[in-house]
Amino acid sequence: MAYQFDFTPVLDNAGLLLTGAGFTLALTAVGAVFGIGLGVLGAVCRAWKLAPFDRLFGLYVEVIRNTPFLVQLFFIFFGLPSLGVKMTEWQAAVLAMVINLGAYSTEIIRAGIQATPRGQLEAAESLAMTRTQTFKHVVLRPALAKVWPALTSQVIIVMLGSAVCSQIATEELTFAANFIQSRSFRAFETYFVTTAIYFVMALLIRQLLIQLGQRVVVGRAR
Amino acid sequence: MSLVKISGLHKYFGSNHVLKGIDLDVAQGDVIALIGRSGSGKSTLLRTINGLETIDKGELVVDGTALHDGKGDLRALRQKVGMVFQQFNLFPHLTAGQNVMLAPTVVKGISKRDAEDIAREMLLKVGLSDKFNSFPDQLSGGQQQRVAIARALAMQPKVLLCDEITSALDPELVSEVLAVVRQLATEGMTLIMVTHEMRFARDVGNKLIFMHHGLIHESGDPKAVFANPQTPELANFVGAVQMA
Repeated sequence: MAYQFDFTPVLDNAGLLLTGAGFTLALTAVGAVFGIGLGVLGAVCRAWKLAPFDRLFGLYVEVIRNTPFLVQLFFIFFGLPSLGVKMTEWQAAVLAMVINLGAYSTEIIRAGIQATPRGQLEAAESLAMTRTQTFKHVVLRPALAKVWPALTSQVIIVMLGSAVCSQIATEELTFAANFIQSRSFRAFETYFVTTAIYFVMALLIRQLLIQLGQRVVVGRAR
Repeated sequence: MSLVKISGLHKYFGSNHVLKGIDLDVAQGDVIALIGRSGSGKSTLLRTINGLETIDKGELVVDGTALHDGKGDLRALRQKVGMVFQQFNLFPHLTAGQNVMLAPTVVKGISKRDAEDIAREMLLKVGLSDKFNSFPDQLSGGQQQRVAIARALAMQPKVLLCDEITSALDPELVSEVLAVVRQLATEGMTLIMVTHEMRFARDVGNKLIFMHHGLIHESGDPKAVFANPQTPELANFVGAVQMA
């Protein structure tokens, strides 16, 4: 084997890769915030059995969890315009990520809510708190704290999954990599560097979310 | 004029008839000890008084707020009835101070600053003024239970319900909690407590209620009742627990 490694074309285009990585992080950030927000809403509807929303969220969760992300993305970007709903590739990518993460986090957060000890609810009840007050002040933070590691993993899965958004020409990291590879034919070098960037981003996001969880969700430094 | 009036109260768990017609009058300042065997209905009775258990039939009136056959304004009732639980049930993500402040701010709409004053006063009352910023898992069981008492008192209830509040504590921590309850009793707080602390019931209570098979089987002055039980069931029960 006489393959000569040459990282020059990749390094020459480092700006493209970094811009792409930046867009991947931005997509992930927006997707995570709204996805987890949607998850909290879904989890409340499911945990409290708020008809008909509990059923609707149940159906939504099953559909999303049992279909490929790529197909969901194609459906939004290529399918919905047939119904007159047109959006840019960025809008479609964000929407797909929010919808995807929303479904998984609905189930994750529901588990956290349902793990609230009964005594906590009774204590809140005996203090004359309403159900909404109890949820806001007693249930939500401990529930999120319990499932925070699972949510963190799910956010990372969605970040990695955003690579498929390159298929609708969303100019994120994988799109940039494909672009460089198609110009330079340096597939090994391009995807080696790209893989490393994803790996580092995943580690960073995990650390960031763990820190955030300690400060905001658990509410005290360890 | 009674503060708590219960008449003809019935409660079922499915087909299990747990409370079979309870009549009870509690006056302002009464300290009532509910005793009885496991399954006699004493905890269920206590829990109906603030609506944690629904009432199937009968009437409950606390300081003018009534439930007829379980229907009425539960939140109004609960603002008049404080409750302390066996397992403390503090909110683990909040400090002791925040635990006490929560309901006054959220339920009564009191400002944070005023609620903090109330919380500091209540924690001082239970001897924990230095634990305002401690989280529950940094406190001993006895301290947690005293915070729970402070939390209930911060809502200025007319009556405080205590559901076996020392049963989950290590023996050496029981007395610090009982001391707080004793203090409340001398200050005139109306207390209804389910307890296994027979000596405490006798010394601090002014009325003892022995429950058996979902009914008030015997009641009266604790010292007299303990010294001279009128029914074989109570004599049996007293005999079984007295030495413990």
